[in-house]
Amino acid sequence: MKYNKRLLLKGNEAAVYGALIAGCDCYFGYPITPASEVAQTAAQLFPQLNRTFLQAESEIGAINMVIGGAAAGKRVMTGSSGLGISLKQEGMSYLAAYEMPALIIDVTRGGPGLGNIGPEQADYFQLVKGGGHGSYHCLVFTPNSAQEMCDMSIKAFELAEKYRMPAYVMADGVIGQMMESVLLPEPKEFDYDPEWKMGRYVNGEAQVITSIYMEYNDLEALNNRLQAKYREIEKNEQSYEEYMADDAEVLIVAYGICSRIARGVVDTMRADGVKVGLVRPKMVYPFPVDPLKKHVENGTVKAVMSLEMSAGQMIEDVRLAVECKVPVYLQNRMGGNIPSGAEVVEGVRTILKEIAK
Amino acid sequence: MSMEKVKFGRSKVFFDPFNRRPGPIKKNMHYCPGCGHGILHKLIAEAIEHYGIQQDVAFIAPVGCAVFAYYYFNTGAISVPHGRAPAVGTGVGRANPEKFVISYQGDGDLAAIGFNEFIQAANRGEKMTIFFVNNTNYGMTGGQMAPTTLPGQKTTTTPFGRNPLTEGYPINVSSLINTLTSPVYIERVALTSTARIAAAKKAVYKGIENLRDRKGFSFIEVLAPCPINLRMTTEQLNDFIENKMTEFFPIGCVRDRSAETAVGELPPATIHEPAEVMAKLFPLRQEGGVADDFRNDSEIFNRELRIRMSGFGGQGILSLGHNFANMARLRNFNVSWMPSYGPEQRGGAASCAVILSRGVISNPMVDNNCDLLIALTQMALDKFGHQLSDNGILIYDRSAMSKPEVKGNQKVFGLDALAIANSVGNPKCANSVILGALAVILKKYAPLTEGDAADYDKVYREALTESFGSKPKVLEQNFAAFEAGKAAMAAEL
Repeated sequence: MKYNKRLLLKGNEAAVYGALIAGCDCYFGYPITPASEVAQTAAQLFPQLNRTFLQAESEIGAINMVIGGAAAGKRVMTGSSGLGISLKQEGMSYLAAYEMPALIIDVTRGGPGLGNIGPEQADYFQLVKGGGHGSYHCLVFTPNSAQEMCDMSIKAFELAEKYRMPAYVMADGVIGQMMESVLLPEPKEFDYDPEWKMGRYVNGEAQVITSIYMEYNDLEALNNRLQAKYREIEKNEQSYEEYMADDAEVLIVAYGICSRIARGVVDTMRADGVKVGLVRPKMVYPFPVDPLKKHVENGTVKAVMSLEMSAGQMIEDVRLAVECKVPVYLQNRMGGNIPSGAEVVEGVRTILKEIAK
Repeated sequence: MSMEKVKFGRSKVFFDPFNRRPGPIKKNMHYCPGCGHGILHKLIAEAIEHYGIQQDVAFIAPVGCAVFAYYYFNTGAISVPHGRAPAVGTGVGRANPEKFVISYQGDGDLAAIGFNEFIQAANRGEKMTIFFVNNTNYGMTGGQMAPTTLPGQKTTTTPFGRNPLTEGYPINVSSLINTLTSPVYIERVALTSTARIAAAKKAVYKGIENLRDRKGFSFIEVLAPCPINLRMTTEQLNDFIENKMTEFFPIGCVRDRSAETAVGELPPATIHEPAEVMAKLFPLRQEGGVADDFRNDSEIFNRELRIRMSGFGGQGILSLGHNFANMARLRNFNVSWMPSYGPEQRGGAASCAVILSRGVISNPMVDNNCDLLIALTQMALDKFGHQLSDNGILIYDRSAMSKPEVKGNQKVFGLDALAIANSVGNPKCANSVILGALAVILKKYAPLTEGDAADYDKVYREALTESFGSKPKVLEQNFAAFEAGKAAMAAEL
């Protein structure tokens, strides 16, 4: 093999490599820290494959260009962060209603407001719970390495197209900025030409993409169809990794950089004989309800820790998953701070003391 | 040209009947009696038919009365968020340049909520034709003030008349975009009489002809009647348009560079063939590279190695870490490289953490049990010195500090990295000096096997060649610095 497939890449760069390998034709985006390398790498690489990079006039412009590209039947993507994603929510709602696939990279930063460029995970609500108007969901992947930024960008297109809906890859600032060795997968034969695309003539009639349904029953039917799709996704697509979870008394739930720290904590504390384990969501929509429920119903888990870089957003889904059968504690940092391993160890010890009472 | 004749019957670009329209009425459009949209739709449909582009038209329907344009046009169409039509049209056209993008927008959609999307598309010279219906109000929502509402004009949100002192003056969109370089064709027309409609038809045809010829951005502003919301008869409206509106929106051609603009060409086809994609994205394997299953056999590589490199910005600290991480990557290690982040950078300090492992790297932060610390400033040593493990190795810059104290089995090595780099003619090569010194230190104290020690030199060259292969002079200076670093450290030991 004359090529080197193992590259040293930032997570932000790896996501673009993944998207290109997946056959993405267009990148439309607006610059924002800490997602800048996503746009910069796209600007560098897309034209080399005669594909389109266009710097949009705004976040809103970018997501609407994504709508246009998707409607034209192409694989398209954009990238942004926190406040930029807030601006894109109008377009996300439309993409959900149009039932069109697209990839959106969100390298989350500190908020609310302008916040700062440090890493936070406080975009959870706006990505997982809908974010814009109407009852809808988007697929949300949560990579915890540069390798997964690449792999999940590919997987995101696959699922987005399977279910005809937009998909986020949500990385925190650390996963986006850190460089790691990435083994690039080989591109596959390109075969994307969706049946539903705008302007395909079926029986002499040009296909149209719309989200307006003036008849109440028609709009209700769309909503029912969307919800049925979401239930199917919740049943079939939960994605997670378990680490020493089977006999754990304290189960940590963490994604992104927090899951890397948690894994280190599990190693440290297991060495001291403490039964702590990890469930790492690789997607947070759909949320991995099944493994959490399973471990709690097995009876070994006495408490769950939701480890987050937010004021506690994922914890709501964790509590729903365990149906409040065991206590769920929040261990968190905010403002761009990253929880240290020592802090988390201390948190687990505190939980153990609490539940021993 | 025959197109000046009145055409009877329905254009084939229209559906017949309008089956997409819900409800019982399938022969007529949903527009109010006397509204201008129907006439404009007819002209556009005829022009599309005339130029034979129906199969590839992408009709961008706005939010406003024309939201249902796709009830009537049998062309590709999408109904889009309010004001975003030019951005969506940009996406369609860039993604599939074979499409002929028509954006059809009202005055609230284009000149208020979507003004940025509009003017930026105009400025980029997107290959699209925009039809801008100016009827001085928001029709669909019930006659509210638009950016084009005339001074004193009463609307449902200016019940006492538009006051220019508080609500501004009508925006002359055609004149505004005439300040931009890119647009090919800008014309304002009206629909008030047969003669006006004939002139409008010419403009519409020119806009569609430019579209077919991929010439760029064409813009046709149409002064259109809105009798229901403006509460006027046809005669009153014609008077309003001809005598009031034209005061702010004069009818006529604003710019026409159609003739001198060359016919546009389609861009080259996108590359998707796997072999070609790999040739563009994947770096070539350097000479001396190893197979994917290669493993260095020194004992030390069987565990995770945690390294911190620190100093001042400009000393090449981040490059040092990057080069070292690349060397490990080229020998099939999992590596992480984490630059320092946040406020401490403002003081000029720079640092990065590098971890290499054959297994999964859990926590990529190096905050304790550091195996190797490279500190080029006293500040860096003060900050990170305590993180060095008892068996760790410290390399410090001798010109910046006195020999640090050691604890446990720590080993400390001083180096005049910058001075040595200067001696080979490039201060930016200090990181190669350090990597050279490290070769000697690791060989003796890690320790490395003979094979791995030789491989270290090889992989250093591979990594640097991959980064600087196109700059032979930089490469040569770095190789010299590497050798000088090795020699200096060998002399020390």
